[in-house]
Amino acid sequence: MKVKLDVGRFNPESEGDKSFRQEFDLEVEEYYTVLDALMQVRDYEDPSLAMRCSCRASICGSCAMKINGTSGLGCNTKIVDVIKKDGTVKVDPAGNLPVVKDLVVDMEPFWSKVREIKPFLQTKGPEPQDEYIAPQQAMLDLVKPVGCIMCGACVSDCTVLEVDSNFIGPAALAKASRFIDDPRDEMNAERFAQLNQYTGVWDCTRCMACVEVCPKGVAPMDRIMTIRDQIINAGIKNTNGARHAEGFASIVKRYGTLDETQLVIKTFGVLNPIVALKNIKALFGLLPVAYRALRKNKLPPVFHHKIAGVSYIKNIFKKLGA
Amino acid sequence: MKVAFYPGCVSKGGCPELYPATVKICEKLGIELDELEGASCTGSGVLQEKDRLLGDVLNARTFAMAEQKNLPIMTICSTCQGVMAQANKRLTDPDHPEYLEEVNTFLKDEGLEYKGTTVIKHILWILVEDFGVEQVKSSFVRKLNDLKLAPFYGCYIVRPSWALDFEDNPDRQQSLEMLIEAVGATVVDFEGKTRCCGFPILTINEKNSVSMVAKHTSTVQELGADAMVTPCPLCHLNLDGYQPKARKQSGISIHMPILHLPQLIGLALGFSPADMGLERHIISTDAITKALKESNPV
Repeated sequence: MKVKLDVGRFNPESEGDKSFRQEFDLEVEEYYTVLDALMQVRDYEDPSLAMRCSCRASICGSCAMKINGTSGLGCNTKIVDVIKKDGTVKVDPAGNLPVVKDLVVDMEPFWSKVREIKPFLQTKGPEPQDEYIAPQQAMLDLVKPVGCIMCGACVSDCTVLEVDSNFIGPAALAKASRFIDDPRDEMNAERFAQLNQYTGVWDCTRCMACVEVCPKGVAPMDRIMTIRDQIINAGIKNTNGARHAEGFASIVKRYGTLDETQLVIKTFGVLNPIVALKNIKALFGLLPVAYRALRKNKLPPVFHHKIAGVSYIKNIFKKLGA
Repeated sequence: MKVAFYPGCVSKGGCPELYPATVKICEKLGIELDELEGASCTGSGVLQEKDRLLGDVLNARTFAMAEQKNLPIMTICSTCQGVMAQANKRLTDPDHPEYLEEVNTFLKDEGLEYKGTTVIKHILWILVEDFGVEQVKSSFVRKLNDLKLAPFYGCYIVRPSWALDFEDNPDRQQSLEMLIEAVGATVVDFEGKTRCCGFPILTINEKNSVSMVAKHTSTVQELGADAMVTPCPLCHLNLDGYQPKARKQSGISIHMPILHLPQLIGLALGFSPADMGLERHIISTDAITKALKESNPV
């Protein structure tokens, strides 16, 4: 079959700062992956095409890239699954990381964030005489996060990193979750304190981009949500994020539906002078927003009504201990 | 067509223009609305952070109410749609029928039981799939030829794909563009159309949230769009309500009206901008009104 490979290229040595696009008309087999096609280009059309690859079997995590704008591994994406109606497949380097040349990105920002969460087991007590014993179920629960191959596809598609490079990102947070949930690791308090800060778990938008593109089913966002809940359960509730999660639940429990005004009050801790003082800038920032909404008759109703059968909702919450 | 209408919290809260606009266009299109008065919030992904089972029980309760009426649920919010779709997939997982049994034990007190048959569809999908673009088009009285419109889907109506049945319904991923074309407008395509609007972190990291607003609205402005169209009121809240802050934070002179999908359909159906509540937007929609005056009848 014929395919037009539309490759985003960048060569600082010959082209300066300018990236450019180059199309390659290829004759490929139906079973070809995007990586197969790229290797055909490199081997027969243009040996200067820079790319990373090794195992060709979704194990090494080297060939993460953007395929038609979405991140994934070149080696496990078949051309027939992504070819557009006009016969093209668009390939670009992974996002949210500096491009070194063509499809090769600098992974250092990725690795430095993974290093930041101390990706190794840390214990506090004396070492056991023989070995650390971990319950089998606990290790089975770790299968998914352990399956991460550090390809960076999640980082490449992260919508928060697109606007804030300080965010620690889905890969590092999923890796943190792997150690938090390991019964042998004894640094949860320290890990929670670190991840509770700005750039940590609360900065995730829950957009699911990382869940969608992860080639190994790690579902980083699900891991991030689990850490959020673990942080709250550990009694660390001093963030707008924790107050938002708890406030949301309490409003739905009471009314059945959400009252946005009450949620803002609870999130910013308006009724707690110490918290409110911390959020004073954000609260003042809300005034023009509220004024504009008021002018356009757009504010939510002052009195929020309970839905019919709200007592059943309350009971469901109660039975589930929420 | 009759549906169990699930308006969601925001169409009666922060985006009060959406609910009446939806009711009006449904009446004209012949979608009979049977509103699920006792339905709760979907949990919006926030409740699910704390307790997925809790979220699934609340949604199963809503699905059971629609099931009793023997009607599909119609949503008008990408977030509601996505959260409900995910819950329904878990509840109807053929490999784990015991999960639905467990969830139903929490509904017993209210005399409800979910059997797993409810279909949940956003109005966007209903228009494209159940009506079909041609049939929707046949109801239009106005051609909005002069408008260039950028689609903006909202995360949960495009991700995660395991919950959204794209394989059986491939049009879903182009549905917004199909309706923009149907009203006669030109689609302004851009990669940000399936990205995050920033709303979920608005009260947690406002700077990042507003940066997302600035990024999307300024991108489509540069591409020549007259407005953006979204099927998600949460995206609307952020893209419209926080655009003045985005302007200030980015230093870019952005002016990008944001239309709810039902408003766009309503304008093509012949409703006035006032009927569709356009005057309640934070960002002025005067350019849309002007284009309407110059628009041609079908």
